[in-house]
Amino acid sequence: MLKWIQQFFKTFLLIELLKGMAVTGRHLFLPKLTIQYPEQHTPMSPRFRGLHAQRRYENGEERCIACKLCEAACPALAIHIESAQREDGTRRTTRYDIDLTKCIFCGYCEEACPVDAIVETHIFAYHGEKRGDLYYTKEMLLAVGDQYEAEIARNKAADAKYR
Amino acid sequence: MDQIQTLLGPAWLPVWTLVKIMVIVLPLLIGVAYLTYAERKIIGYMQIRIGPNRVGPKGWLQPIADALKLMFKEIVIPTGASKSVFILAPVLALAPALAAWAVIPFGDTLVLADLDASLLYVMAITSMGVYGVILAGWASNSKYAFLGAMRSAAQIVSYEIAMGFALVGVLMAAQSLNLGDIVRAQQGGFWHWYFLPLFPMFLVYLIAILAETNRSPFDVAEGESEIVAGFHVDYSGMAFAVFFLAEYANMILVSAMTSLMFLGGWLSPVPFLPDGLFWLLAKTSFILFLFLWFRATFPRYRYDQIMRLGWKVLIPVTLVWLLVEGAVMQTSLGRFFH
Repeated sequence: MLKWIQQFFKTFLLIELLKGMAVTGRHLFLPKLTIQYPEQHTPMSPRFRGLHAQRRYENGEERCIACKLCEAACPALAIHIESAQREDGTRRTTRYDIDLTKCIFCGYCEEACPVDAIVETHIFAYHGEKRGDLYYTKEMLLAVGDQYEAEIARNKAADAKYR
Repeated sequence: MDQIQTLLGPAWLPVWTLVKIMVIVLPLLIGVAYLTYAERKIIGYMQIRIGPNRVGPKGWLQPIADALKLMFKEIVIPTGASKSVFILAPVLALAPALAAWAVIPFGDTLVLADLDASLLYVMAITSMGVYGVILAGWASNSKYAFLGAMRSAAQIVSYEIAMGFALVGVLMAAQSLNLGDIVRAQQGGFWHWYFLPLFPMFLVYLIAILAETNRSPFDVAEGESEIVAGFHVDYSGMAFAVFFLAEYANMILVSAMTSLMFLGGWLSPVPFLPDGLFWLLAKTSFILFLFLWFRATFPRYRYDQIMRLGWKVLIPVTLVWLLVEGAVMQTSLGRFFH
């Protein structure tokens, strides 16, 4: 009986509802957590996996030796490599394509690479305006690498001690 | 002004009435626009976000941008839809929400049409609004829209009764059906307002108007998780915007009604402050804020829970309090209600 009366008052005084409203009412005045994206960014790990890049050594020689380990590791079959012998007798890629529409950004290519040639950069805001724009060829990947080499090297160094 | 009157001759009365209608409707539509902005801001703040802040300073132009976007969008009419009814439905939803403002008193003499039974008029006109929803659901020829319309119809019919009974309590206390007289009966400070002696009625009315306007937590008519968007799922562009306008105009209307019925309308809460339109606006804004607060707080009711709450809780509560009120008014304590 007492329990019934308790329940009756609990229901009709809308206590639970007022408790809920107290929570939202308090939140109205809390400092806001919104990150205003184009102006502000969330912190980014050096391991971030964004747009791919092909790196070069300091003397300008491309790192990739066409071992095709990345192609084998790629679970999405997004990488396509053709290789040939260069005049100096080394093996080099004649074709190194990454289809970014297939890529799932798992980072296995970067981990498979024995010479740190293929890397994923921090760049995530890029786009293609027509079909085929997101099919990156060797030249495009090398260009990305050339542009962001300093940043890539810094991120690699920051992460090196955990590898 | 007299010169204009003689110039227009017999055309003066309709023109002058039209001017008065515009003076009410234009601020109302601006109010609707900024209510959507306030809703997004307040709910954002309650979710520790900051809400729209890109269009114009602090996002103040956001409602204008939304309206422009909707105006330039195509109105898609589904192949199987009943074309004329499909177009008519949003108009039917909006017209009552605007027409009811004719009798709302903004001040002691500030009223467009001072009807003796203005409360009855408001009840009758707002009940028409559901036809827009039902016809929209039917004319869309889509199962989701139809489900939403049926839910809305059942819900509005059930809550209209509880709402009506809550208002019967008010008119027993005020002894009048005239909205102006109801407000004048609450003269003399906030302890004379009807929300105190009629507190259960006030709560029932607050809950019922949420259901009447299809607002959260009773928004099953458009419950997006189960029936996509309910009755307006097939509407786009300006036709959708008109439904949107109707919903928010209704919200403002019932908030204004709440402040007139229970919170003393344009009367100031303490005798030493002057009465005026300001108080009505402040009280209406407060009720509107409650609407948004509820939406940010409560999850949506299940459909059968809504029916149970309406029929088995709210209507008995109002009936009991009507009995109590009627009995007490026969005793010497009756002045408590006057």
